[in-house]
Amino acid sequence: MSELIQSSKVTALTKINDFVVKFANVNGSGSASANGLFAKAVFRMGIPISPHNIFPSNIQGLPTWFEVRINKNGYLGRREGVDLIVAMNEQTIGKDIASVVPGGYVLYDSSKTLSNELLRDDVTYLPIPLKDICLEEFEKPTQRQLFKNIVYVGALSAFLNIDFKVLTELVSDQFRGKEKLILPNIHALEIGHQYASDNFECPLNLRLEKSEENKGKILMDGNTAAGLGCVYGGATVAAWYPLTPSTSVVDSFTKYCKRLRIDAGTGKKKYSIVQAEDELSAIGITIGAGWNGARSFTATSGPGISLMQEFLGLAYFSEVPIVLFNIQRVGPSTGMPTRSQQGDLLCCAYASHGDTKHVLLFPANPSECFEYAASAFDISDRIQSPVIVMSDLELGMNEQICDPLNWDDKSRYDRGKVLSAAQLEEIEKYGRYLDSDGDGIPYRTYPGTHPHKGSYFTRGSSHDSYAAYTEDGAVYAEVMDRLTLKMKTAVNYLPEPVFSETSSNNLGLAFIGTTTSAINEVIDSLAKKGITPNTMRIRAFPFHDSVTEFFGAHELVYVIEQNRDAQLKSLLKIECNIHEEKMHSILSYDGVLITAQHVEKSIINSMNDMNASGEVPA
Amino acid sequence: MQAEKFPHKTAVTMSYINKPKFKHPQMQTNDIGLTRRDYEGTLTTLCGGCGHDSISSAIIQAAAEMSLEPHRVAKISGIGCSSKIPSYFLSKAHGFNSVHGRMPSVATGANIANKELYYVGVSGDGDSASIGLGQFCHIVRRRINMLYIVANNGTYGLTKGQLSATADLGSKTKSGEESHFDNIDMATLAIELGASFVARSFSGDKKQLIPLLQAGLSHKGFAFIDVISPCVTFNNTDFSTHGYKNTWENHIALSEVDFVPMREEITTSYAAGKDKEITLHDGSAIHLHKTSNDYDPSDKENALHHINAYKKQGKIATGLLYINQSMSDLHELQETVDRPLNSLGNQELCPGSETLNDINNTFR
Repeated sequence: MSELIQSSKVTALTKINDFVVKFANVNGSGSASANGLFAKAVFRMGIPISPHNIFPSNIQGLPTWFEVRINKNGYLGRREGVDLIVAMNEQTIGKDIASVVPGGYVLYDSSKTLSNELLRDDVTYLPIPLKDICLEEFEKPTQRQLFKNIVYVGALSAFLNIDFKVLTELVSDQFRGKEKLILPNIHALEIGHQYASDNFECPLNLRLEKSEENKGKILMDGNTAAGLGCVYGGATVAAWYPLTPSTSVVDSFTKYCKRLRIDAGTGKKKYSIVQAEDELSAIGITIGAGWNGARSFTATSGPGISLMQEFLGLAYFSEVPIVLFNIQRVGPSTGMPTRSQQGDLLCCAYASHGDTKHVLLFPANPSECFEYAASAFDISDRIQSPVIVMSDLELGMNEQICDPLNWDDKSRYDRGKVLSAAQLEEIEKYGRYLDSDGDGIPYRTYPGTHPHKGSYFTRGSSHDSYAAYTEDGAVYAEVMDRLTLKMKTAVNYLPEPVFSETSSNNLGLAFIGTTTSAINEVIDSLAKKGITPNTMRIRAFPFHDSVTEFFGAHELVYVIEQNRDAQLKSLLKIECNIHEEKMHSILSYDGVLITAQHVEKSIINSMNDMNASGEVPA
Repeated sequence: MQAEKFPHKTAVTMSYINKPKFKHPQMQTNDIGLTRRDYEGTLTTLCGGCGHDSISSAIIQAAAEMSLEPHRVAKISGIGCSSKIPSYFLSKAHGFNSVHGRMPSVATGANIANKELYYVGVSGDGDSASIGLGQFCHIVRRRINMLYIVANNGTYGLTKGQLSATADLGSKTKSGEESHFDNIDMATLAIELGASFVARSFSGDKKQLIPLLQAGLSHKGFAFIDVISPCVTFNNTDFSTHGYKNTWENHIALSEVDFVPMREEITTSYAAGKDKEITLHDGSAIHLHKTSNDYDPSDKENALHHINAYKKQGKIATGLLYINQSMSDLHELQETVDRPLNSLGNQELCPGSETLNDINNTFR
């Protein structure tokens, strides 16, 4: 029996379906698929989980972590502290072991003796000689390396009481079509399971029990959902430049187009994907296609957004529909390319020089990534302006439990105000930028529609209602005012905020996107302290009137967001004219998902401060 | 002088123009019943004598003679004097004056959306050789089926006469600033990057330019024409290599081209051995008159050699420099459906809820 290093002082954690497992690996060592296997197995056991990849901007060698929160209450945000670490990276093992909460567990490769300074007396060590086992069991060097990961998953299945059948089914699903790989993987899982069972008392007090919490749910990442949403939304043109963390949006679009967009008769493609030379070209292609009547999109992240500014101004001013996915990462500049933030709100809301404004959508989960991706094309066609879907790395690249993706077969694409040849016949004089309906949205024509009616010259220079160049200030101002009206009209087509009213009190929380993952936990734990704020999840910009009304109905609203400069708060101040004293910021900008603990602590501290100064809201 | 250089038939007497219905030659109608006026654009706002206006006029004549349906053309440009040109021809066609140096990407997107239109991109040397050089290179690589014209005057006209990247080494601006750098030759660049049709011409030489424009429009694939187009205000001195004087004196046609639309083929005959006929994708043809140097435009290396050899002598090689009719365009390479992508609707594009449920199941 292997040596079990355990101090008598340890009171090992006893937790069922409520703990955090963190895997510390070396990037490029093949850990991702093993860790994914673990997460998926827990999901299939019906227990809510939220996996988070914390990875470096690197292909091989640097540290990478996979953090899985398991929570029976469905708290899917991050939680601080680690209950069980799988410490596979010698570079970080000191920090990794230190991150474990007292009473927690450390699973490590005991092929090499752990140095004394890494020994804590308040945690339980689970040594497994992974390297030695794999040397003995496998012949090929790559197998010896890769299967170390699978062996620890096998061991975890014994430690944490994972249904072994669920694991073997998953392996069979994962390697369907590559049958040769199934048996060795299952063998590796068995070795791990066997070793843990033989050498330790299994399961631990930290363990899983089958549950029914995930009924009907799926486990998917936001970018996969967004790419699929583009297929369903009728996108035929995608132009892009590879950029983490946006790349997988186009990967997903490509994958599903290959399956779902091939003409049955000819085998030809009902789509075109162009990997452009840079983001300028990517958005230029998108605009050219949008102008010519194809639904087109591009996906990028912060540095790409910076490059696309000039073109966004063109699309706004010349009124060309396009869809842009901004999978936000940490800026400024190159920033932390593989970390997450909500840091591009201001630069997207008013992207480009001059007076501009763009529609932003804020999905909070993969189902919404799908839904907003598809509806972004309708909105964009309807308002003839760019629509930017503001996801982030956290949502885009991590799997998340969500409702299954939903499509209404009765729905039809809304191509907006586009005149056909027959309609043009009826019109005496066509004006591309005439506001005939009084809603700020003019009528467009596609090139080639009619032999002598409906052509116009699209330009980024100042133009009149008939698209003719003008330097007449009054005419210019008229166009700009119509664009303001158009953005007001646009709000009617945007998803409304989601409100939850717990009680009629004067305290509110406002937030967007991935911040949502922390909120149910915040609400529950504040309720235990007698604090019951109402919540508003904003889902689109420009804001609905109901956003302003929410602030009107509350004395104080905590605006919770993941950036340094309180950008959402700034937008609310600018757009809704909300007084500074009505809003308190709660900010998180370290690149990893905001935690409920941070939000709760900030609220409590702030309320204590106000109590002390006597300005607490009633 | 120019008449001697180009003794072949002039555009006005081209055999394929129908008999005029009206007495005034300007009011002649073409095969689809349109007059030259139907191909015109708005009144020019360029300087009097600007080479670019001759390009507009050549495009008008080329399109009218070919009986192109104006509304089946999309005109796309960047920013600068050159990029104003699309306003001045084919007002029945949709136009898009985009952002500086980015016409290629906008044209790419437009072409992808609807492969059934003719795409005419008009750019300048600042637009394509400096700020947009990257986009130029990549649209050539991507083989977009279009006619790409660079109105090349070696200067930044709209910002009052700075040197451009096509200004020849040692040439001087009006204010006397000398270019210390080698010029970028857009034609050789296009050949090297894989353009399947590359020509150079001179805005002042319509007899050469018009058939080249027509051939470029009929060519399937990326057709590039570098048109030396003097800037009368800022780059037309005796030292300007892009000025009228130098270009008249030093442009030498490597090949002399006639364009023969498909429907005229039967009635047009050329003496065997004297001319070479190249059939284009749409059934029209170009006839290459043999010149003294026995130039073969199907040979890439030969083309580059000739252009560079003439350049060393201070000469500008013009005419059809290179052609390859067998290259696939982007749509063929990507195997897009026959119908334009912008014509596909719900039924063709949306896989429906049943498929989505199957997909959902793969994430359980």
